[in-house]
Amino acid sequence: MTSETGVQAQARAAERRPMRDLGTGRFGDKLFEWAARGSGLLVLGIMAAIAIFLIWKAIPALRANEANFFTAETWDPNATPPKFGIAQLAFGTVMSSLIAMLIATPVAIGIALFISFYSSRKVASGLGYVVDLLAAVPSIVYGLWGVSVLVPHMEGISKAINAVLGWIPLFGGDGVGKASIFTAGVVLAIMILPIISSISREVFLQVPRANVEAALALGATRWETIRLAVLPYGRSGMIGAAMLGLGRAMGETIAVALVLTFVPGINIHILQDGGATFASNIANSFSEASETGRGALIASGLVLFVITLLINMAARAVVARRKEFV
Amino acid sequence: MAKRIEVSGLHAYYGGVHAIEDISMTVEPRSVTAFIGPSGCGKSTFLRTLNRMHEVIPGARVEGKVMLDEEDLYGPSVDPVAVRRTVGMVFQRPNPFPTMSIYDNVAAGLKLNGVRGKARLDEIVEESLQGANLWNEVKDRLGKPGAGLSGGQQQRLCIARAIAVRPQVLLMDEPCSALDPISTLAIEDLIGKLKNQFTIVIVTHNMQQAARVSDKTAFFNIAGTGAPGRLIEIDDTSKIFTNPEQKATEDYITGRFG
Ligand SMILES: Nc1ncnc2c1ncn2[C@@H]1O[C@H](COP(=O)(O)OP(=O)(O)O)[C@@H](O)[C@H]1O
Ligand SMILES: [Mg+2]
Repeated sequence: MTSETGVQAQARAAERRPMRDLGTGRFGDKLFEWAARGSGLLVLGIMAAIAIFLIWKAIPALRANEANFFTAETWDPNATPPKFGIAQLAFGTVMSSLIAMLIATPVAIGIALFISFYSSRKVASGLGYVVDLLAAVPSIVYGLWGVSVLVPHMEGISKAINAVLGWIPLFGGDGVGKASIFTAGVVLAIMILPIISSISREVFLQVPRANVEAALALGATRWETIRLAVLPYGRSGMIGAAMLGLGRAMGETIAVALVLTFVPGINIHILQDGGATFASNIANSFSEASETGRGALIASGLVLFVITLLINMAARAVVARRKEFV
Repeated sequence: MAKRIEVSGLHAYYGGVHAIEDISMTVEPRSVTAFIGPSGCGKSTFLRTLNRMHEVIPGARVEGKVMLDEEDLYGPSVDPVAVRRTVGMVFQRPNPFPTMSIYDNVAAGLKLNGVRGKARLDEIVEESLQGANLWNEVKDRLGKPGAGLSGGQQQRLCIARAIAVRPQVLLMDEPCSALDPISTLAIEDLIGKLKNQFTIVIVTHNMQQAARVSDKTAFFNIAGTGAPGRLIEIDDTSKIFTNPEQKATEDYITGRFG
């Protein structure tokens, strides 16, 4: 101890001192610390309160339910005794959103790639601006456009798909229509396309110039450069964009409610009329629901929340798996 | 494996800005030519005209002639992509592909050239990493990310990536300026070894480095801000550093510049 100079002692003390102790103890620092901590706790508190309220509302309905909440395909919470289950809603929600994501993501990424790498600088800045604007338009606008313009043509499209791919059970069945889960998926795809495209473009803008030049200098063509330097770098961002689109598609209400005609029971033939999603079901039946009926709808909403959460976690896991490389 | 570069009457522009003016020079095969000169005099710009990387910047264009042996790099039927496969490049900041393993970084250019088959790829990857004096350091972790290496190792990885495709010419733009002295020495050793196979052009800010590694040295300068860069003189390195023809060169190498 005696041989240690003051400077050394200070250095050792600084080494031991963790980051959180770097505060200077000044009033401003303290104030900010409390403000930050306070708002964090407030958000958590509000969320917990909402969750507790919803669960509390849902429990009586679930108690009264005579059917299995997870496996039953009927939704009759207003009957006596009430019988309801989410199986059909879950199927409709997951299926229509997946279709939307599968259609929208490649198209959106294609648009983003075109704007970022294939168009001239002038066109790119103009188009980029337009895409960002489109992404800011509430998706219900596209939904209504889809319902009024696209849906009338969907019967023919569905028939064509049914004729070619009918051997796949999903696209099979007789008498395909336009009020189907597939149509809902297509409308949802249009609704989520701009946001996926806008985020992907943002992601591509982040790709370091050095990576792109490295690929070009190796003698990569434009497409090879995109494959070597752009897509791998933007991978997690693109997954994030697709997941955000999927989440939006799942929560989308009115457009889907306008498209689907309710036919009870899960129908694996998604080109046929029928189907329901969590959101469309809530939109269609909340106003006329009894006390138990509302509780049942709230319970279904909670399930939607859990599904969205699981999807988000899955997406994070996919992104984290190659974190070493990003 | 190595070709002669002959440049005549070369001008390069960034949009309306005239960046380099009327450059003519010959670079001999299997030699090292160093470019020196003050910042902003167009060394990087000129280097990038030699593998048609200049034109990837929007609005940038080139006038004049660059011959690689018998081939005019700016000929009307020449594909710039093909040029870049023949003339490799190493950048100032090491830029391995961040999402790729060490192995995949080296193999990236090979795959572009249609080299297939694991055995063949393994062989060339090892050879290139040996060639870049990096093999012994990374042979046990080829599957690990290239971005996890030290700066000097990353730069040698980039050199391995560039030489894996067997270019005729290797261009290096201040390859050591982001590196520590030990890594710098490692790269300089490597340049001495690579010149047996490749025609090498290196831009450097460090005059000792130019003196150590190069056979010929070219001095570039600008008349003033906004004026295009010019080639002042190119000669044997020993001559440039002991008895240059031009006063400007002498002022620069003796540090009396500006
Ligand atoms: N991307 C660019 N756009 C416009 N001007 C550029 C660009 N890169 C370089 N320049 C200009 O060209 C001139 C030469 O630059 P550069 O070749 O980088 O010089 P050096 O490598 O010798 O330092 C400088 O005046 C610089 O400002
Ligand atoms: Mg430079």
